[in-house]
Amino acid sequence: MQPPQERPDAISLWTLTEAAGSLSGRWLRGATGDVRLDALRSASSVGAPRDGLRGRSVLLSTRHQLEAALALIELDGIAKRVVLCPPDLAAHHHARIIASAEIDLIVCDEDAPAGAGTERIAVRSDRLAPLLRARETGERTEWILPTGGTTGPPKLVQHTLASLIEPIAGRTALGSGSLWSTFYDIRRYGGLQIFLRAMLGGGSIVLSSASESTASFLARAGALGVTHISGTPSHWRRALMSPPAEGFAPRYIRLSGEIADQSVLDQLRAAFPGSGIAHAFASTEAGVGFEVTDGLAGFPASFLGRHANGVEVKVEDGSLKLRSARTASRYLGNGAPALRDPGGFVDTGDMVELRAERYYFAGRRDGGVNIGGLKVLPEEIEAVINGHPKVRMCRVKARRSPITGAIVAADVVARSNGREFDADEAGLLRNEIIAHCSSRLARHKVPAVIRFVPSLELTASGKVGR
Amino acid sequence: MRSIIHEVLQDVAKNQQKQLAPLADNLPLLESGLDSLCLAIVVARLEDSLGFDPFDTDDDIDLPITLGDFIKFYEDAAAARAT
Repeated sequence: MQPPQERPDAISLWTLTEAAGSLSGRWLRGATGDVRLDALRSASSVGAPRDGLRGRSVLLSTRHQLEAALALIELDGIAKRVVLCPPDLAAHHHARIIASAEIDLIVCDEDAPAGAGTERIAVRSDRLAPLLRARETGERTEWILPTGGTTGPPKLVQHTLASLIEPIAGRTALGSGSLWSTFYDIRRYGGLQIFLRAMLGGGSIVLSSASESTASFLARAGALGVTHISGTPSHWRRALMSPPAEGFAPRYIRLSGEIADQSVLDQLRAAFPGSGIAHAFASTEAGVGFEVTDGLAGFPASFLGRHANGVEVKVEDGSLKLRSARTASRYLGNGAPALRDPGGFVDTGDMVELRAERYYFAGRRDGGVNIGGLKVLPEEIEAVINGHPKVRMCRVKARRSPITGAIVAADVVARSNGREFDADEAGLLRNEIIAHCSSRLARHKVPAVIRFVPSLELTASGKVGR
Repeated sequence: MRSIIHEVLQDVAKNQQKQLAPLADNLPLLESGLDSLCLAIVVARLEDSLGFDPFDTDDDIDLPITLGDFIKFYEDAAAARAT
């Protein structure tokens, strides 16, 4: 038996989208096509008869985000379960997910995953079919987000529409008519939050595309007049390294998914003086914990405890733990670990340090590297290097050493305005960065070698690769 | 090779705020003023500028004791790579 949920049966993503304000003038804008929300009043992106969707466990696997958004509108309220496959999900994980989520229907576009024997139907953004009767609202559809999986198989994190929209509920500041956008893919928690804010806030959304450069995306966002936009700190550092996009002047800039250090916050403040800038703590499992709007890295120690919105925050053994109606309910699959502790808290594994009445993120509990027997968190060093005025972004990692086992190595993207450094300049900047770190970090944490690189690869989830 | 190694030793000593002893071939490395972390950095920097790390081998190696041993270790590795 599922525990009772505080969600009236007469609610679905579509009914909430309709209730949020007039559908006319509202859009889902993809990189290669657009769909007007009012067209969906009488048309469906999924041509199959609606009874064919009832109670089904669906693997939603599309190449483009627009089709994923359209399919979610059709499936929530009638399907039993929807697994939102992120675009980079390796094909060999599909079979395992189909088994552990008991998938009996695949909704896909041209990039259909392998999965012999499973029924499949197509979702189309360019050819809508007549909607013969109103969308149902009876089923409390499970939303399953695969997460992790860079080394092992992804975990399947179970949410409901209720837990996903809890951070949005009761917020009047969403602003009808807002045009939302996100560097994220909407099939990840961070992007999904933005999609839901656009739908439930009476607005529209501009979707990103993996095949589009940061500069082109920002140009499109600027031309369309995006007002609210989110991404990881790494996405934003890339944006700061791109030529300014004409018309791109969002009212609201949001960072999440990685540590927002002081330098990226300061750079965004300088580049977008008229924008509200917030960094949020959120994870797929814990949901949105809190938002920090004072322009400073970390969060005030006063955030600990129970908030008026029902979120409880505590720090145990240096790790941030959260309890709220926003957290996921469980990991799907036999033998999956518990997602919450017996008290209902989700242990985020994000380590924090208290300094002067403020907590600062120090890195992942399992992300440490060992330097001569001393544990080092790369994120702590990255924050210090990023604080150097001539540094745009960096990645710190361990490098094998015959003498000490490992040493700290940093790949640094300098602020050189696209110019190549000559050897002398590189040597000077290297010494400056080492001196900068030496005065702020324990000796074994100071980068031993610094390499200047033109750019850093980001993972599909927009984070610096580790 | 000698001048490259001397330069890296001086550079690392400066970065690490260590007092470097006068460089001579009979100077024991561990009395040079550089500790093991410094030496690890020296080896990594040399790998970056020379393109090889002579310590990265499956063969048994005699760890260099003096600066002269250290330089010879690199010279031998460079010669072995050239043949």
